[in-house]
Amino acid sequence: MDLLDFARGPAIEFSLAVFVLGTIWRLAAVLLLPRRGDLSKAREGAPSRVSGAMGTVFRRMWPNKAFIHRTIFTTLNSYVFHLGLAIVVFGFVPHIQFIHGLFGVSWPGLPTNFIYGVGVITLVSLFAALARRLFHPVGRLLSGVSDYISWFMTAAPVLTGLLATSHLGARYETLLAIHILSVAAFFIWFPFGKLMHAFLFVFSRGATGARFSHRGVNV
Amino acid sequence: MSTAQATAPAFDSQGKLGNEERVEEAMHGFVREFGVTAALHMESCVRCGMCAEACHFYLATGEAKYTPVYKLEPFRKAYKREMGPFAPIYRLLNLASKVTIEELENWQELIYDSCTMCGRCTMVCPMGIDIAELVKEARHGMFRAGLIPERLALMDRTAKAWSSPATPAEDLPDIVEEIAEEHGVEIPCDLEKADYLVTVAPAELGDHTKALADAAKIMNKLGLSWTMHQEGFDASNIGFIDGDTDLQERLTRNIIDTAIKIGAHTVILPECGHAYGAARWEAARWYGHQLPVRIIHMTEFLAEVIGRGDLKVKPIGETGTFHDPCQMVRRGGLEAAPRIVMKALGIDLHELKDTGNLGFCCGGGGGVVSNQRATPLRYKVFEMKMRQVDDTGAKRFITSCGQCRITLDMGAKHFNWDKRPESLLEMVADNLAD
Repeated sequence: MDLLDFARGPAIEFSLAVFVLGTIWRLAAVLLLPRRGDLSKAREGAPSRVSGAMGTVFRRMWPNKAFIHRTIFTTLNSYVFHLGLAIVVFGFVPHIQFIHGLFGVSWPGLPTNFIYGVGVITLVSLFAALARRLFHPVGRLLSGVSDYISWFMTAAPVLTGLLATSHLGARYETLLAIHILSVAAFFIWFPFGKLMHAFLFVFSRGATGARFSHRGVNV
Repeated sequence: MSTAQATAPAFDSQGKLGNEERVEEAMHGFVREFGVTAALHMESCVRCGMCAEACHFYLATGEAKYTPVYKLEPFRKAYKREMGPFAPIYRLLNLASKVTIEELENWQELIYDSCTMCGRCTMVCPMGIDIAELVKEARHGMFRAGLIPERLALMDRTAKAWSSPATPAEDLPDIVEEIAEEHGVEIPCDLEKADYLVTVAPAELGDHTKALADAAKIMNKLGLSWTMHQEGFDASNIGFIDGDTDLQERLTRNIIDTAIKIGAHTVILPECGHAYGAARWEAARWYGHQLPVRIIHMTEFLAEVIGRGDLKVKPIGETGTFHDPCQMVRRGGLEAAPRIVMKALGIDLHELKDTGNLGFCCGGGGGVVSNQRATPLRYKVFEMKMRQVDDTGAKRFITSCGQCRITLDMGAKHFNWDKRPESLLEMVADNLAD
């Protein structure tokens, strides 16, 4: 078995198993904790808790105008790399073929050159996020090893993917194997670090939305 | 005082627990009532630091340590090691160190002096994390560890003895009688039966007696059956603020049990934000079911009786701006009520730049106003509010929380400001139509 076979086979399978089981474990460990219900009488005219939760899930897609000028860099940059990642992961034809191999579903892909451009922008955006974490006093204070690992695990597949697409630095098969291994590392790390916010954000926002809509506050 | 002096780490301690016991108590107190929401919020943070951009303490000083989520750091660490989904792995591989007593001591300033639990950070967090609530949970731990500011500890001890941090319960009838005489208004006390139980915050039996007298004037004008009662009179609830959950429960029960005992259908809370948080939104948890009495803030009450036409007021016809008390508005849902009252008073309202749910805290909430060593920091925050008020060009500066009023008044005196915060309740009472 060569490196590419290992990456495509046992490595990605193991990483997906860790990803699925770890994610389920982390979600279950939190969501199955006791619920301390709010027994206070709801504000007259308050929406249902579900409606309040959903409202906050969507409202937090963009900061309130009171905060926008102070958070514009983080907000825009986050949108750039999140959307960039989504386009690259779900729009690149080889990725769609890979997903088809796993789940049997597929959809039309986007042109490779376009994906390449988006990949470059995404990588630049990720480096901008890293720079802020390293040089802004608040970012630096809040960041720990886990945060830098999460950044690396996100940036590495983008970088290795760009290298593989460009055939830069080594044989294509080697570059592809490294790219797939970096994706496997991403999946393995996913449940343990803050990448889990991809699932948790709905519950986290929703819990606050439910708490405050009950009181008649749109948060 | 320089910024360095103003923000130097400081801590007080109470009791005789050893260091290890203090750490254990802090962690136990923190996780004691940990439910799914708190855990979700501990898990979801992406460490983006956007919460700093909403916090008045960070904005006023530019010091990164005032980033709201950073104030929870020892508790985040403890959660990860002791309670999180992968806690056994973290312990086994020693990936998260134990919280130390030094960390807790150093964090006392961040948890008590530089957080008013105003929840503005909750409004900006892209994950929707209710950081203010987590700080409150952290305070539960700090209280159990005997690591709270001494001023708050003193108030706690007093409230345990007197059911109020300022007034012995048995003195209430005499004090109320004096206030009634001074202001020429009848204030019923300790009636056996009444429809409304009217409560106060400590200042209304001290510096703000006019507010109590004005509440009485309005209740009497409405012809309502009401009383104050020494068994349940102080709604400010220091336990809600300092982290003493046992005291919070006791003070809450004093009020609700008294209301039930006298057959009251409604408890009217004073112009006090934290009283609203403690009684309106948290009281039911101690009873295990929805309360049999209605809890209503004085401003909410005024908006209702004015809205129904039961109480008529004369228009003032002046410009005014309004400071939204955080616990009442952002965390309580009463943004509309004071505006209904001000509209009835004919106030030409010039809103602050940051208003309603997004208004800045006065800087004194969460016990910070009583915490002497936080004074320099509080003044820095006050300057932000002062600038926003001046920018409106409004003549009157109005609020509906006694604690905010005290904080803002102290700031105004310190800076020789030409404005003083005014009570909305007093404004209504001064302008009742015949």
